[in-house]
Order: sequence, then structure tokens, then C-alpha cells
Amino acid sequence: MAKQQEYDAIVIGGGHNGLVNAAYLARAGLKTLVLEQRHVLGGATVSEEIYPGFKFSVFSYVVSLMRPEIIRELELVRHGLTILPLESTITPLPDGRYIYRGPDSAATFRNISQFSTRDAEAYREYSYAMYHMAKAVKYILSIRPPDPTSFDPRELLALLKLGKHFLSLGEENIYTLAKLMTMSSADFLEEWFETDPLIATLSASGIIGTFLGPRSPGSAYVLLHHYMGEIDGVFRAWGFARGGTGGVAEAIASSARALGAELRTEARVAHVITRNGRAVGVALENGDEIYAKRIISSLDPKLTFLKLVDRSELPDDLVARVGKFDSYGSSGKVNLALDGMPDLSCLPGYGEHMRGAISISPSVNYIERAYDEAKYGRFAKKPYVDIIFPSAIDPGMAPPGKHVMSCFVQYAPYTLAEGDWNSQREAFGDAVVDTLSEYMPNLKNLILHRQVLSPWDIEQTIGLSGGNIFQGELSLSQLFFLRPAPGYAQYRTPITNYYQCGSGTHPGGGITGAPGRLAAIEILKDAGKVLQ
Amino acid sequence: MPIPSPLYSRTAALCTTQEWRDWSGYFSAITYGPSHEVEYYAVRNAAGLMDASPLYKYEITGPDAERLLDRMVTRNVAKSRVGQVLYTPWCDEDGKVIDDGTLARLGPQHFRLTAADPSLRWLQDVGYGLDVELRDVSTQLAALALQGPKSYAILQSLFSNPKLATLRYYNLLQTEFNDSPLTITRTGYTGDLGYELWITPEQAPALWDRIMETGAGYGIMPLGLAALDILRVEAGLLLIEVDYSSTLHARIPEQQSSPYEIGLGWAVDLDKPDFIGKQALQAEHAAGTPRSLVGLEVDWHDLERLFGEAKLPPQVAGRASRTAVPVYADGEHVGQATSMVFSPILKKYIALATVRSEYAASGTPLEFEITVEYVRQRASATVGKMPFYNPPQKRALPNG
Repeated sequence: MAKQQEYDAIVIGGGHNGLVNAAYLARAGLKTLVLEQRHVLGGATVSEEIYPGFKFSVFSYVVSLMRPEIIRELELVRHGLTILPLESTITPLPDGRYIYRGPDSAATFRNISQFSTRDAEAYREYSYAMYHMAKAVKYILSIRPPDPTSFDPRELLALLKLGKHFLSLGEENIYTLAKLMTMSSADFLEEWFETDPLIATLSASGIIGTFLGPRSPGSAYVLLHHYMGEIDGVFRAWGFARGGTGGVAEAIASSARALGAELRTEARVAHVITRNGRAVGVALENGDEIYAKRIISSLDPKLTFLKLVDRSELPDDLVARVGKFDSYGSSGKVNLALDGMPDLSCLPGYGEHMRGAISISPSVNYIERAYDEAKYGRFAKKPYVDIIFPSAIDPGMAPPGKHVMSCFVQYAPYTLAEGDWNSQREAFGDAVVDTLSEYMPNLKNLILHRQVLSPWDIEQTIGLSGGNIFQGELSLSQLFFLRPAPGYAQYRTPITNYYQCGSGTHPGGGITGAPGRLAAIEILKDAGKVLQ
Repeated sequence: MPIPSPLYSRTAALCTTQEWRDWSGYFSAITYGPSHEVEYYAVRNAAGLMDASPLYKYEITGPDAERLLDRMVTRNVAKSRVGQVLYTPWCDEDGKVIDDGTLARLGPQHFRLTAADPSLRWLQDVGYGLDVELRDVSTQLAALALQGPKSYAILQSLFSNPKLATLRYYNLLQTEFNDSPLTITRTGYTGDLGYELWITPEQAPALWDRIMETGAGYGIMPLGLAALDILRVEAGLLLIEVDYSSTLHARIPEQQSSPYEIGLGWAVDLDKPDFIGKQALQAEHAAGTPRSLVGLEVDWHDLERLFGEAKLPPQVAGRASRTAVPVYADGEHVGQATSMVFSPILKKYIALATVRSEYAASGTPLEFEITVEYVRQRASATVGKMPFYNPPQKRALPNG
């Protein structure tokens, strides 16, 4: 058993939050090591050449809210990050019509007017209202969650600031926020709109990655996340990363290396070594032990608390809470290599609309029915699908004239009522391709290669418990000072010098880098340093 | 009123916005679709194709061609090789810049010069008594600028010319297209890998079509002036009459600039034999230049603070602004920012500015005037390194 040199910090997991965390620690002068189990860095933020010449953003496929301060502070542009605009969404309908929303507000207005002029007008006001809501919530995303039960002056001050922030929003906004926190996305949207496919498409933003339907209370809150990018205005932190989402991980990794962090792949951590309630190192599966002054887990809460450390090191209530932490995956992914660009029957040709998203969400009931199937352990035969053509946005993703197609599919439950994913995977893939073919009749003829990923496959490949893409449901009961568990939402754990920095911590999932950065602030504070 | 360029039949068909600007008397598309950012990102990530035909172009041939040009421009033409392109300013006797452009050496006694302003008269005056032939070929040559990291792959797939693979930055090659002579120069105004193609007006539309067809698989987009303006600021490239005034247009001496003042000192060869403006430039070089061109990076936190006080998110120019604003140091006016834009790729608010030379060192803290809700404020800014964006493929040999 080789005893290796000591580090100031070891980050377990080379996903984007682990890398962000490591980069900041290294930047503050800590000798930092990242240990990634796979042969490639990035975790769910990864691009791989699954079929020769075709690069897939295998798991996550858009950059949601990569924090601008991280892009600046870690100089990610110099390290190769480019976020390309992804600005339109088209919803093809079975009757041959379509709903288009894009950067051309007049074209959007004209299109929605074909369904309802009232909705076309409301759409502008809705965007404006959501912008104000997102602005209200953005502050919460940028702070460490305060502990509402503590009398520590620091916590009280943080709560006071939070309270002041809410009061500053004004009466109208506070009411809207309360509605958003409690309503279903469909109900919330029905207060604004009357066109069913428009409501369906907008409500889909509220269910992505969650085990909720558009009529489930609490789903409205997630709608907000889609407007966060707007606050950064020209910053446009929302879009498609050049080279796929792996481009984000590569840029952060390059920055972390330049700052002095050491990144090791194919190094699977078996467990964290503790002594007298303090984390002192990690044991790898190959038997190596590496020691460090502090250990940071970027893995999901279940792995962080129930696998990497011995349960006897933790308070019982935490073990119980994490055991119940909701992280059942609800979504799958179908990635296709295509011989050419398919035609949408509602709007044939390779127009600008193919550089945006295509949403298969013809009605609220359609999505709700898909959810119903998943509730009882079946994948949706007619699923909600969020499609992008990465090669239309970044031509480098496929050979000239060829394309890659990324299909995010909901719903696909982690646990199937009958059979298992090994036997059902291709049937699920067929259901997706059949559904898409209803809107793109020539799709099947163009498929060169198909990759189908269920939540179970996601768990098997990159470790995410339950295959939940957010490292745990983004439901109100698992957000802010409740994420991942009350009392442990400030990136620390009951074990001294053992920290958490993944999407299972505040402010949650998506390619934001925010948990990694906020955790670094707390870790550095404990080390007597300040994040510059 | 502007008139159509040789490529108007192609650009007009694509310009769905009908947004045009007058460029030297020709219709030039500002943006082809609703968002100029798509064109911008095409150049930074794939390729963009622009009609650069409105440039003024001159052919200088004959035994004294080199002599004439060495008398006129500040760079050393005698040292240039056939096949090389020089970017150079040219000055008046006071060492103040008249114009800047590219000078391509097509043969030992054959050059082609581009200019922003009509320049035949100046060429004739400088060449008085010399054995040269001067031709204004502005209307006899169309120009297509193909810019972006995929520009090489597109050209190579179109021409299958092994010389393209070894064509270095600021060099040219001569070939043919549909039996017409075609010059390809590895030059551009975007700070990225890129080429400019010089062809007869008759063949220009067919060449445009072939490039667009071949480029389709590589994500090519037509490129308009709005996107170009962002690209060139990121690349630290000056625009005449915006970032400096030509002596032809300056109304007072203070509006004139020497090459040293606009960051083109590197392009002045004081060791070469006499040229127009040499004495004045020697004197300025010895005494030091009072003003310098710098790149400014505006502090985003400070912008957020200033706009936050008005309860607004930072509002910055999405298109490059050409309205100059004052720049201060410790409350004192020390210069002006002349082009500014939010860089989509760098996520920084950047500006080209001319400041007193003692404030030109990289890292110098300055203040930049910004208007927040009709109130003039000063945001902190820092002198940064130029060019702001400088990808390796700009100069490197292309690798596919």
C-alpha cells in the first residue's frame, strides 16, 4: 500500500463543480488534487466521440447559467470556453402548425398571434414579469444559505439581509413569488395564456430533470431558472458550449491546471479516511492512500454521506435524511449521429429554426400523460422531448454536412415496474425515434448511430445516484437551506475537514459552477483565506 | 445615395433585415438576420463571408513601383518578398497618418494597395517623375472576406490547392477561378484565421456562391458590418474616422495622429531611406509620443454597482458604439474611448481608447464615462493587453 504525498485539498470527482472548486482552491494557493473515476474529466459535463467523427454531449447538453464571475475569475475564455447562442424554440404540432419563439420578437408575436393575439401580447408581459422574478431569486443563488435556526450573529445578519432583499421586491413581486413557489407550472401559466401548446412548451421548462408533471405543485418554481440567464443580459450565460458541454469541463480543467491543481483520471475513491472525526485522506480502489488537510466531495449527497464515509461517523438524523433524499431520475437521453439534417414537416429546410431547440410538447395533457406512465414505472411511449442539433450550432461536432442530434427525453423512471433497463433500453429508444418521426418523417433514414441512455445507464456511467441529473430533485423541500439536509447546507459536514461542493448542494443542478464556487468560499474561510 | 456593389445580387437576397449602411458609396449589409450575434459567433467559431468590395484598390506597376511605395508608406517595401502583404499606414510631411491599408506584392514590380479613402491623386503626387503606372482598380476588383477558424477548410475543400496549407499570415497566392485570375491573401479585419479573395466583378457572384455552398457544412454565415465592428474591436484593429482621423478629414491639428499615437509605431521603419514624414517621425520617436492607443477593460463589478444604484442590470452596447466618451485618471481628463462594445466571447466590456502616454501602461487604473439613466457616471477601467482576443489560429498554419 503506497502512502502518497500530502495535499492541502483533495476534491473527489472531476465533474464541473469539482473542477471549479479545485480551481478556486488552487488559485488561493492550496495544493489541490482532483480524483476522477473515469478516463475523462467532466462528469455529466462531457463530450465524447461515441461514433467516429461525431462528438456527442453525452449527458448534459446546454449550459444553463454558468456564472459570469466564474468565467471571468477563472479566465475560462482564455482556456477555450465559448458559449454559442441558442435562442429559439419551435414546437411542431400534429396538425402541421408550429409555435415559434425566438430573438426576433416581432416574428414571435406574429406566430403566437396565429393561435391567440391575446397570448402574443401576454407573452411579452410574461417575459418581463419572469425577468423581475428571476432578478429576485438570483440573489439567493449567489449566497451561501443562512441557517434559519441559528442565533449566531453571522447567520442572523445573513437572514436579515435576505429579509431586506425580499422586502425590496415590492408587494406585487412577493405575491408572484409566493405563487411560483407553490403552484404547478401549468396552473401558473394558465393564468397568463390560453393556447394549450404554448402553455405545454413553457411548462416543460418546469419539469426538466424533475420527477414532476406540469400539473404537479412546485413545478412552477423551476420555470424561473430559465429566465436567470436574462438577468445577465448581454452576458448570455445560457447557450451551447463550443465542443459540446465537454468544452466547459475542458476549459475549467485547463484553468485549474494552470492555477496549479493536479487532475488525475481513472482514480476511483473507495472511501474517505477519517481519524477522530476528522477527514485526513482518501483510499483509492486500487489500495493507494492519499492524505490531505481537507477532503471535498463533489459527488451527490448519497455517495458523499452514505458511501464515502462510514455511517457511524454521522448523526443518525442526517443518515436518515440523506437516505430519503429524493434523487430518482426521470429523464433519459437519446443521441443520434445523422447522415444529414432531417426536415420538420411543419417547416421543412435547414433554416435558422434548426439552430435552436425543438420541443415535442404538443399539449399539457400530452406531457402529463407521459408523466402518468412514469409514475407507475413505465417509460413514456409518447414522451416529451427537448431536441437540439449541436452540429448546427457548432459545426465542429460532426463532419461537414452530417449532424448530431441530442434528444433529452422525459419521462424514463429509474426503476421500471417490469423488466430492467438492460432489456428495455432499445424499446425506449424506439419509442423516442417513433415519436420524433411523426414530426420528422425522414429521420429514420438518416440515422447512422444511436445511443440510448436511461437513468440507470447514467448512474452506471458517471455515478449519479438514481440517474438524477441534478444530483437530487430540485423540489422546494430540497432547496436552499434544506439542500442537501437541514444544518448541512453550508458545504460543511459533521466530519471536520470534510466538505461537499456538488449540485446536491445549494443552488443545485445545471452547468452553473455555483455550488463549486460557493463551497470554495466556505472552505477557504475555514482555512483562514479569502476567495479573491 | 449608395449604389449596388458587384455582390449586391447575393447580399441583397440574404439581407432579410434590409439594414444597409453606405460604405464608400456602396450598399453594405449591417446585419443579415435579426441577430448580428449569430454572424459574430460564426466568425469566432466557424466562418463568415463578407463583401469587402467597397475598399479602394490601386495597382502600382513599373520599374519604380517599389521606390514610389517606399517613399509613401512607413514600412520597408524594399525588404518585402513577392507574395508578401504588408499592413501599413502612410503619412504626410508632418508624420501624421493619411490612411492605412494593405500592400500586396504581386511581383517584383507589381503591387496592389487598399485604402479607406480615394488615394490615386496622392499616389500620383508622390510618384511624380517616377517610372510607374498607376491604376485605380477599385471598380475592377471585387473583394470577398472569408474569416473564421473554418475558413481554411472551406477554401481547401473548394480549391484543393496544396499552397493554401502553407500560406502564412500576411502572404498571398495567385490562382484562377472560372479562368479568371484570383488572388487570395491571408488577411482580414477580424483577428482570426481568415482570407480575402480578390477577383473580377464578373466572377465575384459565382465565387460567392461556391464559397457559400461549400461552407454550408461548416456553418458559414454571411457577415455584416455590425458583427464585424465587434470582431475588429476584440482584435484591437482601428477604424479610420472612428478611432483616429485622417489628416484629410481633421479640422484642427489636434485631431491628427501620428502612427505612434495610434499603436502603429511598429509599422514605422526609421532605418529605411527617406520617406514622407520621416523627419517628423524621427523627432517624435526621440522626444516621446504624447498620446497612445490602448485597450480598456471596464470593471464589471463597478458597472453592476453603478447600474445597481439605479436598480438596473448593466446596460452596455450590444453593437459596437462609435460615440466617443471621455476617459479620466484621478478625476482628470486624460483621453477618450472611441470604440466600445461588450465582447460576447470574453464576457468583458472593452474599448479602444487614446490616452496621454503616461497612462498607457498595461494595468493602469482609469475611469470611463458611462451614462446610467441619463446621468453621467464614471466606471473604473483598466488598461489591458491588446489585442483583447488573439487566438493561435490567427497566425499559425492551418491544420484542417
